[in-house]
Amino acid sequence: MDKIIQQEAHNLSGQCHQGAMVRFSGFRVFAEAIRGHKGWRPLWRNPDPQPGYDYVIVGGGGHGLATAYYLATTFKKARIAVLEKGWLGSGNIGRNTTIIRSNYLLPGNEPFYEFSMKLWEGLEQEFNFNAMISQRGILNLCHTDAQRDAYRRRGNAMLLAGADAELLDSAQVRAMYPFLNFDDARFPIKGGLLQRRGGTARHDGVAWGYARGADMAGVDLIQNCEVTGFRMENGRVLGVETSRGYIGAGKVGVAVAGSSSRVMAGAGMRLPIESHVLQAFVSEGLKPTIDGVITFGAGHFYISQSDKGGLVFGGDPDGYNSYAQRGNLPMIEDVAESGMALMPMIGRARLLRAWGGIMDMSMDGSPIIDRTPVEGLYLNAGWCYGGFKATPASGYAFAHLLATGNPHETARAYRLDRFARGYVIDEKGVGAQPNLH
Amino acid sequence: MLIPHPLLGLRDAQEFTYLGDAALLDRPDPADADAFADYVYLRDNPAGVHRELWFHEQGDRSWLVVTRDTVTHEILGAELARDVKLKGGAA
Repeated sequence: MDKIIQQEAHNLSGQCHQGAMVRFSGFRVFAEAIRGHKGWRPLWRNPDPQPGYDYVIVGGGGHGLATAYYLATTFKKARIAVLEKGWLGSGNIGRNTTIIRSNYLLPGNEPFYEFSMKLWEGLEQEFNFNAMISQRGILNLCHTDAQRDAYRRRGNAMLLAGADAELLDSAQVRAMYPFLNFDDARFPIKGGLLQRRGGTARHDGVAWGYARGADMAGVDLIQNCEVTGFRMENGRVLGVETSRGYIGAGKVGVAVAGSSSRVMAGAGMRLPIESHVLQAFVSEGLKPTIDGVITFGAGHFYISQSDKGGLVFGGDPDGYNSYAQRGNLPMIEDVAESGMALMPMIGRARLLRAWGGIMDMSMDGSPIIDRTPVEGLYLNAGWCYGGFKATPASGYAFAHLLATGNPHETARAYRLDRFARGYVIDEKGVGAQPNLH
Repeated sequence: MLIPHPLLGLRDAQEFTYLGDAALLDRPDPADADAFADYVYLRDNPAGVHRELWFHEQGDRSWLVVTRDTVTHEILGAELARDVKLKGGAA
């Protein structure tokens, strides 16, 4: 055993200059514990930008990092950089309510999100990082007969796409969550649509895992490097202007969520996107009480409990264009009212924190993964407030598009020109009104 | 947020319903399909000063053009949308 530990220690010290190359394992934790945890190293390098790359990904959030990871690993591409204006994972990947699920209805969406779900299921082994993926189940409650019919239809659409879905009656829901407000006069709980494979993931861990995996595969992750414009010639992109100088690029992929309109304006484009603020909330730490994810069907409210014990919940966006990363009090009141209507016991919990993130709300509520009219410039945007669960498939599909020039089979519907052509993917059916999606 | 209604004074933004960019006042001829698709779906979405349509649904039911900073949420002014349109539109 000693010899093995010495060998492991030798491996560690021999790779100090590139510590991220060391794989994590139970044995590694054991060896580090014996050695006083002196062998841990930064998870990724912090390189200066090269003059040029084959692939430049703009945006070091979940989707950008996942794109770089799959480009370098699955698609075997090299000379890749991720440019991030702040620090890695400093946007919505670090601000969401951590829910993963594939319970969509429309054929343009459901296969894509189920592909994402399957990637989630193998993700931690794939990138050798603990993302705390927990398939604790997501339950969408229904409160009317019509809503139950709609959930039955949705559940069948999910099953047809290879996902799992179960329609529960009121008694089955009561057995799972006896504390819900079943006999409310206005919103009695009639049942729910349960996806047992849904759940939560440690959102920052997802960003860190993809970042570390991409770095190990040779991707340059360049932080504090804001893209301020594009250099273009004859309708083709040549590179990006940044706060750290010009960087040449064969292909540029933009995955900047709420900043999409601002960044793409640099290429002369207007997008079918408005940026809106969505707030999220966490309570003080409580003993284990909610073991899955629950959504209210009569308002917009979703809640789960983190492993630290805090109740993590959210609701609708505030409803007006915003780049402020903070919302206003009326929406906090609205979310609290929904929570009280669903589970009155929440009234005794104290709110610990509230924060906001900037959502790239598209005109039909569905995302865009496509080429642009500028040759070599690609766009990944319009995730509204559902981008976290899509992170693996978004990265995979965007990498597929960048590497092969063709859309991934599950992302064919996410075209930029679908709006003008009339092929919108509108899950809610509310039309070109982003604050209602 | 408080919106300075030109007729009613400061009103809570909660009384209003938000529609979006005031450029929606300038509807193009629907016969021009490309221009109309742009009108329906594309937005400038600026970070900074934004002119936008708010409907005083729980008030006097007037449409306002509110000028607001999307980075700070500061409201810089409000006019009746009717007046804006009669003056030649939002552009």
